[in-house]
Amino acid sequence: MRYYLARRVLQALVVLVLVSLGGFTVLHLAPGGPAAIYAMSPTMSAEDMERLTHQLGLDQPLHLQYFKWAAGLATANWGRSYRDGRVVLEVITDRIPATVVLMLSAFSVAVLIGLATGIVSAVRQYSLFDHAMTLTAMIALSIPTFWLGLMGIYVFAELLRVLPPGNIGTIGAPFALGDRLRHLLLPASTLGVVMVATWSRYTRASMLEVIGEDYIRTALAKGVSRGAIVLKHALKNALIPLVTLAGLQLPLVFSGALVTETIFTWPGMGRLFVDSIGYRDYPVLMGILMFTAMLVVAGNLAADLVYAAIDPRVRHS
Amino acid sequence: MTHISRREMLVLLAGSGAAAAVGPLLESGAALAQTPKKGGQVVVALSQEPTVFNPLRPHIEVDRGVHFGIFDSLWRTDERAQFVPNLAVEVPSVKNGGIQKNGLEYTVRLKKGVTWHDGKPFTSRDVKFTWDLVMNPKFGAYTRVGFDAIAGMETPDESTVRVRLREPFAPFLTAWGDAYIVPAHILESAADPNTAEFNTKSPVGTGPFKFASRVAGDHLVLGANPAYHGGAPPLERIIFKYIPDLTVLYTQFKTGAVDVTGLQGISAEFYAEAKNLPGVTIHLHHSPSVEYIYFNHGKPWFKERAVRQALYHAMDKRAIIDQVYYGVQKPVEGYLPSTSWAYNADLPTHEYNPEKARQILDEAGWKPGADGIRAKGGVRLSFTNSTTAGNKLREQAQALVQQNWRAVGVDVQISNMPAAVIWGEYYVKSKFDTLMVGIQASVGDDPDCLNRIHSKYIAAETGSGRNVSQYKNPQVDKLLEEGVREVDRAKRRALYLKLQEALRADLAYLPIFSYVRLEGVKQGMLNYKPNSNVLHNTWNMHEWGWKA
Repeated sequence: MRYYLARRVLQALVVLVLVSLGGFTVLHLAPGGPAAIYAMSPTMSAEDMERLTHQLGLDQPLHLQYFKWAAGLATANWGRSYRDGRVVLEVITDRIPATVVLMLSAFSVAVLIGLATGIVSAVRQYSLFDHAMTLTAMIALSIPTFWLGLMGIYVFAELLRVLPPGNIGTIGAPFALGDRLRHLLLPASTLGVVMVATWSRYTRASMLEVIGEDYIRTALAKGVSRGAIVLKHALKNALIPLVTLAGLQLPLVFSGALVTETIFTWPGMGRLFVDSIGYRDYPVLMGILMFTAMLVVAGNLAADLVYAAIDPRVRHS
Repeated sequence: MTHISRREMLVLLAGSGAAAAVGPLLESGAALAQTPKKGGQVVVALSQEPTVFNPLRPHIEVDRGVHFGIFDSLWRTDERAQFVPNLAVEVPSVKNGGIQKNGLEYTVRLKKGVTWHDGKPFTSRDVKFTWDLVMNPKFGAYTRVGFDAIAGMETPDESTVRVRLREPFAPFLTAWGDAYIVPAHILESAADPNTAEFNTKSPVGTGPFKFASRVAGDHLVLGANPAYHGGAPPLERIIFKYIPDLTVLYTQFKTGAVDVTGLQGISAEFYAEAKNLPGVTIHLHHSPSVEYIYFNHGKPWFKERAVRQALYHAMDKRAIIDQVYYGVQKPVEGYLPSTSWAYNADLPTHEYNPEKARQILDEAGWKPGADGIRAKGGVRLSFTNSTTAGNKLREQAQALVQQNWRAVGVDVQISNMPAAVIWGEYYVKSKFDTLMVGIQASVGDDPDCLNRIHSKYIAAETGSGRNVSQYKNPQVDKLLEEGVREVDRAKRRALYLKLQEALRADLAYLPIFSYVRLEGVKQGMLNYKPNSNVLHNTWNMHEWGWKA
């Protein structure tokens, strides 16, 4: 086990280095640069632009810029934002609470509803409920999030006026839990709809596979109650592939949702990423990229470890 | 609405010098000055997030909107294009002895008893420090324009600053009207002024509002400074709320979550609905930006005036404004908005006449080829037009122009790019054929645009300057040079009128319209005054307040 862990961590490091190299190259090779946001300024001269480009070190060869950045990263110095000069790590961690609140609520609701509907669909395969769920999931997966979000705002905020049209809380009001929850409802539901569909489909498929196994038939033949079979025998085994799904979706909880955060004016990580692209704020972009990459690697690793814990077959091989 | 147009008023002002005798203008239906009640808050929605709070660091317009509240400059430009004292007792002029030696020396007397938000006194040392910091090679200053014109600065006492210029530089007053003074006692001791906490977390100014709090990516709060030297502001606080999506921004304004739609304001597509909304006032704000077709004069097609003339005649400006921009924008013929004190109202009006365009091209020897595209001496009239990809309205306007020009035998291929691409090297180093672009050519209310039109300032040739269209015209060069040297406003105005005439006659670029922004303000909010001479309409937030 210790050997396994060490190997995986080493692999993870290699992946991170490759991601950083690739990300850095692609970002910097993409045309345009951080100075472009000032190009239209009437108060800036061309000398000013050149001076700033030089001060940011953007006139240095690309590989030097990379090594400088990577050396910083190794010593936990993620650089400073080109836009406002703040420490990148702080710029990123500032956004974590809002992101986690939104994503985790969407995520947990989605997992609960998704699991429940998935199990029922599988147990009652081809029933009216199953067909209805299949159709609903299909629709939910095909609707663009931005459209769903805007419709939500239109119906609940503009027409019915029962929910706020976005924001994390009432502007200028002190913190109040009820107020926060009201603001959370629309964006979390918008995000949740797609997630529910995914979880429901995966659960159904996984359950169906397990229900067809010999040991379930054996249990049935032994006279074990249906409820016990579904929850104890079937679900336990069906959960194994779902752990992978959870591991893959875990980074999402921190990396946020680009579209939903924009529409609902949610100050999360997704929004930060979009803004930073607009400003070509390379240090922040690289920071988010590395942060997400680390989470992906960690999520996978965690999924594998949990896998090993819940599935004896993995442990023995 | 009863009003003299702003332009007429400014012409009047420029002629008589009777600035003080004129009351507030009524354009855009702004209410006469009323005294607001004490207290309350205003929520300003912005589609970009203000994050840079050191006014000397590289920033964008929304940052400036916040600086207006926290900081003071020596003087400011009001909505009537007049300088009004801010930290200075009076605006230096030849008459009051503030400008001496033919515009080479300025003496500024500072208000006494002004304090920083932390209670420390403001003195001439802070002004000197501000200049020193901008010129400090280790400091990443936003711009040195107006600062590098200074040869030396002395502070004979705590409330006097004497400035010597290298050579007469008339835009000096404008440049310093937008230069915010930072506290020496805080930034002097910073290990590195580029990364000081002051810049992003704890700015300290002398302004009407103090920095209170910020939630990154969401909003920022300024609280009133009761000790403000210009009188405590009526409002208790101002909240700048970041709403990235313009449709969402408008929705939140409609539902009453925000009081003021800042900067980009309300998209033109919502104008018809917005002006009928109950409980709000929609201001038509003349921004200083003008929309153009910009030529790259370094390319073979645009060397001849006949071609530029024909392209102008072939372009249906009215259709662009009416069909694409919902009739909101205002057609112009020069580089200044109609609200500028140097605006030339007598330029010939554009005439949409495709027949005339064809005739001009025929006469100049540009004959249609087999494919209908005109050519002369092996050069086909076929080139690209570029603008910011994703700017919906511009892309529609582009398509119109493309059709217009195709109709007279000119082929245009559309080649759009994301903002960070097009406005980088492609723009600065003149790599485009033609652009559809909105440009604010002048600094503040000053009509100087030497940097952008003078033949000495072509970055593609000399590595410096902003004359991206590579335009060269000796007559224009001369007028621009005289314009920055002349300190007398009436005489300067005459020079810039001539400059606009020359540019219009030669069609250095094709002006389409000056941007009129739709700004929504909740009814009952007083003293919102759109001001074309500053970057952001929060310039007078110390006067804002709610009706009693």
